[in-house]
Amino acid sequence: MGLGLSEVSFLFESAGWTLLLTVIAFLSGGVIGGFVAILRLSRNRVVSGATTVYIQVLQSIPVLMILFLSYYGLALAGLELPPLIAASISLGLYVSAYLAEIWRGSIEAVPYQQWEASSSLALTPTQQYAHVILPQAIRISLPPTVGFLVQLVKNTSIVSVVGFVDLARAGQLLNNAFFQPFRIFGTVAAIYFLICFPLSRLSRYLERVFHAGRRR
Amino acid sequence: MKFQFQFEPVFAQLGIILQGALLTIELSAGAIVLGFVVAVLLSAVRAMGPRWAGWLVDAYVELLRNTPFVVQLFMVFFGLPELGIRLSATQAALLAMTLNLSAYATEIIRAGVESIHHSQLEAGYSLALTSRQVFQHVVLVPAVAKVWPALSSQFVLMMLASSITSFISVQEISGAAAVIESRSFRSIETYLVATAIYLGLALALKLILFTIGRFAFPRVSGLARVQTKGEAA
Repeated sequence: MGLGLSEVSFLFESAGWTLLLTVIAFLSGGVIGGFVAILRLSRNRVVSGATTVYIQVLQSIPVLMILFLSYYGLALAGLELPPLIAASISLGLYVSAYLAEIWRGSIEAVPYQQWEASSSLALTPTQQYAHVILPQAIRISLPPTVGFLVQLVKNTSIVSVVGFVDLARAGQLLNNAFFQPFRIFGTVAAIYFLICFPLSRLSRYLERVFHAGRRR
Repeated sequence: MKFQFQFEPVFAQLGIILQGALLTIELSAGAIVLGFVVAVLLSAVRAMGPRWAGWLVDAYVELLRNTPFVVQLFMVFFGLPELGIRLSATQAALLAMTLNLSAYATEIIRAGVESIHHSQLEAGYSLALTSRQVFQHVVLVPAVAKVWPALSSQFVLMMLASSITSFISVQEISGAAAVIESRSFRSIETYLVATAIYLGLALALKLILFTIGRFAFPRVSGLARVQTKGEAA
């Protein structure tokens, strides 16, 4: 015994760190991913080729390797970063590759006639993106983006290797002290579930609402 | 001070990491085959079993899909011994990977099953097929053929996620890399080599799965392509 209220509140506190990490990684990865998505659709072969390689490589290696490489890479560059920032940067890179691919698909899903119509109104490419394409693409991209957010919450659980105490790491620490793995990791799993399940549902709900017209 | 890459100390211990690569391949292949078989069985239960069994399958899928793989791994490796089931690290890794993948694959196959039009079933029954035959030939195979690309990417993601089993000291690529790093002190070089191996494995696995899809579903995949084209228009 010995597993009491203070231990459970320790778990919930570290769940807060998991959420903070998720938000920072999502925002930084989203900014990079947005640029990569648009560059990926560039008519310049070199630009679209380079971004394709960026996406493909990051999607073909484990998040753990991205984490190690950016962690040691940053250290080599002489940057002494706190674990939260180091972890956010690596997760941000991972996020950028997946969001870029999701958002590229969403932009491409906007009917081509929208491009033609807006260019016939003499809009510049920037205006086309800002006023015509992106507002529609964002709508299309919402369900898969929320779905990916679930993946991100779960994948933040590997940052313990660079010394960051998130929810999964907190579970390990408690288990080292109390050795009641079933109960502790069961609680940890339940907290992750409480975060992820509503998001999964939201993603499915958005899918249903936005694609109502396409249903048979 | 300028940093210089030194790969020699890492290459001197390449044998360890290649053995790790072999274990990654074995674990991934095992989890893909077992996970796929379990997913097919669960899909059959959902489609033909009693209602409560379908709900159990749904609960299983949602529980595994909404919790991190690391925690599932810890539950299997540290939690099961509490119930008297003791597994080696490698066995625990294979079990956790199989459970995880089976949930995702069941969900993907569900999308395929839902895309089968009701008239197909009626056509099957009117040819006097039994419900098992209808499920197998009219529902399952076309459904899997349709979602094969999604299944393939899930298989690749599982192979990549196998790196997490190094958390319970499984000596696959990442675990082997940690050993080499602690001996050679060449962190970035070690992980660059490990990353390159993962990249090679991921590309090879994608190619293999694509080829399997081509041979396993030659007729149906052609059909599916026509249909997706039609949807886009």
